[in-house]
Amino acid sequence: MTRLERNERLIKIALLVIACSAVSILAVITIFIFSEGTPIMFKYGFKSFLLGLDWYPSEQSFGLLPMIIGSLMVTCGSLIVGVPFGLACAIFLTEFSSRRLRHILKPIIELLAGIPSVVYGFIGVVILVPFIRENLGGPGLSVLAASIILGIMILPTIISISIDSLQAVPVSYREGSIALGATKWQTTKMVTLKAARSGIIASIILGMGRAIGETMAVIMIAGNAINIPNSVLAPVRTLTSNIALEMGYASGEHREALFATGVILFVIIMVLNTLANLTSAKRKA
Amino acid sequence: MHINPRLEEAVVKVLLWLFTLITVFVLFFIIFYILKHGLPVVNYQFLTTDPMDMGKSGGIYTTIIGTIVLTLVAILIATPLGIGTAIYLTEYTRENKITKIIRFGSECLAGIPSIIFGLFGFILFVTKLKFGWSIISGSLTLAFMILPTIIRTSEEAIKSVPYNFREVSYSLGSTQWQTVTKVVLPSALPGILTGVILSVGRSIGETAAVIFTAGSALRLPTSLFSSSRTMAVHFYIMAREGISMPNAYGTAAVLIITILIINIVAYRLMHKFIKKYS
Repeated sequence: MTRLERNERLIKIALLVIACSAVSILAVITIFIFSEGTPIMFKYGFKSFLLGLDWYPSEQSFGLLPMIIGSLMVTCGSLIVGVPFGLACAIFLTEFSSRRLRHILKPIIELLAGIPSVVYGFIGVVILVPFIRENLGGPGLSVLAASIILGIMILPTIISISIDSLQAVPVSYREGSIALGATKWQTTKMVTLKAARSGIIASIILGMGRAIGETMAVIMIAGNAINIPNSVLAPVRTLTSNIALEMGYASGEHREALFATGVILFVIIMVLNTLANLTSAKRKA
Repeated sequence: MHINPRLEEAVVKVLLWLFTLITVFVLFFIIFYILKHGLPVVNYQFLTTDPMDMGKSGGIYTTIIGTIVLTLVAILIATPLGIGTAIYLTEYTRENKITKIIRFGSECLAGIPSIIFGLFGFILFVTKLKFGWSIISGSLTLAFMILPTIIRTSEEAIKSVPYNFREVSYSLGSTQWQTVTKVVLPSALPGILTGVILSVGRSIGETAAVIFTAGSALRLPTSLFSSSRTMAVHFYIMAREGISMPNAYGTAAVLIITILIINIVAYRLMHKFIKKYS
């Protein structure tokens, strides 16, 4: 074997090692979160974590149900706000607007995905929260405020991926439908949207993942009270804010319980990711 | 119930217009609102003086330096790993089980929320490895977070380099590594840079992963092991604790302008790159 050949071999091995970095990092993160978070769940029982109503870490009471419900409520709320607007925008830009408008607006909307989440949270604090407090009542810091801000935050994700999947539908599908005498909206409703369905669903799932994992914006506007909200105007604490709010000073079992919160969040996110992957894999097939 | 299709079409068109208008308006409004309140505060002095009284007065100089150092180190760690992975996936192997696992791992990593990265970085780098709240802890955490973006964009960039570029290189007697470094990578460079620049933007705006790993010290960092506060963290702390609204707006304006410029540069670069090879 010449020196050149040996070098090539070494390079290939080195690259394989590097290529395993992402998987190894994922493995290390998973192991760390689970090894820090699950022992305490075993100690006090999964049921007391998942279904317990009281979170008093200093008294060994680690019920996460209010936070789990909080996360789900805020996420559903964000979808109620974000999905109609996001889809309408995507449909308008692919099917009803001029090419030029699309070429201008799509990149702008994608640029907005880069606005940091703290900025969204701040806008919520200075505009939305006072507005809700004065016009609808309650403390303002609420499920509603968090849902609206998160709904806005997931718009770029939903719009951009939906546009891509709508554009991937062959023009001949639309032409066929128009040739049969359908209107543009009938074509969109009955042909294009059906053909692009899996991509659109994937965009919604990804948006959902973003909403459920969002932390800083939610802390700023959701109020963070630990109770199951009885209305959309009541404050709420999510799984992510629970971790971020108490991480700074937690120790011992309290800290382990925060990692347990992380475990639950991690599992939810992984399920969502797998769902998104499955739907987009189906699309490719 | 039968609705006249023409009428339905007209109604839907108006509704779609309206929804799009509202969406675009809201997104623009956020930027203009911040800039309107923030820009009057921003001047040369604001950018070049240290924060005083926890940020109540003074500028944001140390947080700018903190942001730059933290981002730079994160990029220096993540870029070689990301490009290496992309080269392996595209040039050195065929689709098989290993590539599937690597891609799956990268996609999963991309979906993990930043607070989980923060939690992980805190327990591993800050406490277990005893780096403390430091630039190195923050940068490593950020590097892990941006790695999937760099892998994905580099892979796409390398894939889009025409195959005959490689054939010409091999026909001249080059080895595979020579072909990769002298032919493929230079041609794919703009595409790869796009991913790196996008990651810079993401690092600058990140808060949850950074606040628990890099800490929030306002001093100028002296080494990789000193704690440092980024602009995003500074903005968060000032807004949340109501320290100084004008300075919070000013910091937010600087943050937004920086990120928008970075993203526009990335977008331009990608556009040029796509045009060149299609």
